[in-house]
Amino acid sequence: MKQVFKRPKSLADVPFHFCPGCHHGTIHRLVAECIDRFGLQERTIGVASVGCSVFLYDYFAVDVLEAPHGRAAAAATGVKRARPDDFVFTYQGDGDLAAIGTAEIIHAANRGERITVVFVNNAVFGMTGGQMAPTTLLAQQTTTTPFGREETVNGYPIRMTEIMAQLTGTAYVARCAVDTPKNLMRAKKSLQKAFEVQVENRGFGFVEFLSACPTNWKMTPQQATTHVTEVMIPYYPLGVYKEEKKGS
Amino acid sequence: MSRSNALLVKGNEAIGMGAIEAGCQFYFGYPITPQNDIPEFMSRHLPEAGGSFLQAESEIASINMLMGAAATGARVMTSSSSPGISLKQEGISYLCGSQIPGVIVNMSRSGPGLGGISPSQGDYFQATRGGGHGDYRTIVLAPHSVQECYDLTMRAFDLADRYRNPVMVLGDALLGQMKEPLKPRKHRGRAVDKDWVLTGARGRKPRLLKSLYLSEGELTKHNWMLHRKYRSMRREVRFESVGVEDAKLVVVAFGSVARILKNSVSMAREQGMAVGLFRPITVYPFPQAALRKLAGRVERFMALELSTGQMVEDLELAVGPGTVDFYGRPPGSIPSPDELYREIRKVYRKRIR
Repeated sequence: MKQVFKRPKSLADVPFHFCPGCHHGTIHRLVAECIDRFGLQERTIGVASVGCSVFLYDYFAVDVLEAPHGRAAAAATGVKRARPDDFVFTYQGDGDLAAIGTAEIIHAANRGERITVVFVNNAVFGMTGGQMAPTTLLAQQTTTTPFGREETVNGYPIRMTEIMAQLTGTAYVARCAVDTPKNLMRAKKSLQKAFEVQVENRGFGFVEFLSACPTNWKMTPQQATTHVTEVMIPYYPLGVYKEEKKGS
Repeated sequence: MSRSNALLVKGNEAIGMGAIEAGCQFYFGYPITPQNDIPEFMSRHLPEAGGSFLQAESEIASINMLMGAAATGARVMTSSSSPGISLKQEGISYLCGSQIPGVIVNMSRSGPGLGGISPSQGDYFQATRGGGHGDYRTIVLAPHSVQECYDLTMRAFDLADRYRNPVMVLGDALLGQMKEPLKPRKHRGRAVDKDWVLTGARGRKPRLLKSLYLSEGELTKHNWMLHRKYRSMRREVRFESVGVEDAKLVVVAFGSVARILKNSVSMAREQGMAVGLFRPITVYPFPQAALRKLAGRVERFMALELSTGQMVEDLELAVGPGTVDFYGRPPGSIPSPDELYREIRKVYRKRIR
């Protein structure tokens, strides 16, 4: 019988700690599949960030450096400069990348660092218990916006993918979601492209994943995934925002 | 010493030269006065030596780039000055927690806040106590000459690798900007086998460098392990003493002020006063045992600092309370050898019979 589904080699054989309905597990799997697809397991150095995804090193069977909150892109810059032939990726949440780490991500992208960034946007600080993130939607209730996010107080949900696409140093920039099988397949393809631009030494690769956080959104897993489809995607449109053609 | 092959260079340049001689492969930094000669020197000369220089978007980014490159086993340096060093403290704490080596140079200016660009020793507490969060220490080397800027920077790389810990070189605007003859010498340190570096898991198990420990008791164990390491650093204590054998009053100072004091102490000696100089070269670990030993036969100690008094606390811990006088000069002006001589004379006349 032909085996059609198995655990990627670079994904450790341990159960995820993530909450039921969280999309991190799916996104982890997609990243591991990409590492395997390009045969990178033995030359990958992952940079973990601070947030729910800090335990990256428990799930990926690759070398991992744990960076301080927001500093993953700077740490990855150091790793990549020292190991230009290895594959370097960061995996960062919206608090890490779009709040405290905004300077680091923009400048790493602007330098065109040959790294791949996986940005997981669930519109909330997950690990600390559901506080407002820069990506929290207007009117969304969080533990620090108990009456809903108000633009006059907190400003607007930040669209990082659009910002990254403006920077000359980026080679591939896309926003994806894993809310439906169709979107998941597209996300997989986008992630491959973001890997490819590094492997082919073409530039900085960036993929934003819209992700569900049922626990902090106070929803069931099904409701949370539907929320991604119906509320997140309209504000954060999916698609490829930048794709430098080979040799361009 | 023959000066025939000596170069006339600034302290900042000597630091860059020492780093390259010690095998520094990467430098990450952000401009700030009065240490800009270091990144400028490195940007020109590090690539010639096969390394790379990168100007970062901030001091925060610099220290984290250092962390990334050092995690792969490379020898890496960053430099800054006081406010910039404050920004690096988070990263230094993580380097200690994750046991990643690196060399951090602080050519200090003055504070608090934006302060000024004149020399100061007001960063002593920050440097020796670990200015970031958590229970950690870093070795701190305090040069007092251009030659020592060179020598101690080389040594800093060796100590960082030996202890898998960041090492700080603590100078100031005076040392960084003054020109003196420097006699470059070959780096003789031995390369340390690094079996912890992240180089991709080729034919081996994946490695992890982290500072997060959440399981019951895990972090307690980690901190005790680090504590034992910091204690073992005591064997790296270094100091210079001049004329302490028959001294009744020993003046204690580090870095640039010790340099000025060498003249003041000679003046006191010429006037028949039994004055010696004790200069900690490692300010962490502090030469506590050597000073305690001196305390048995010296009548009085005097600490002199370019601050309102920080190292004096370590001196008092070493020699006991009630035996230390202090002269402080907060930043904004530099004391002359004559001025410091008069301060020594004041204390000598009052305290020594």
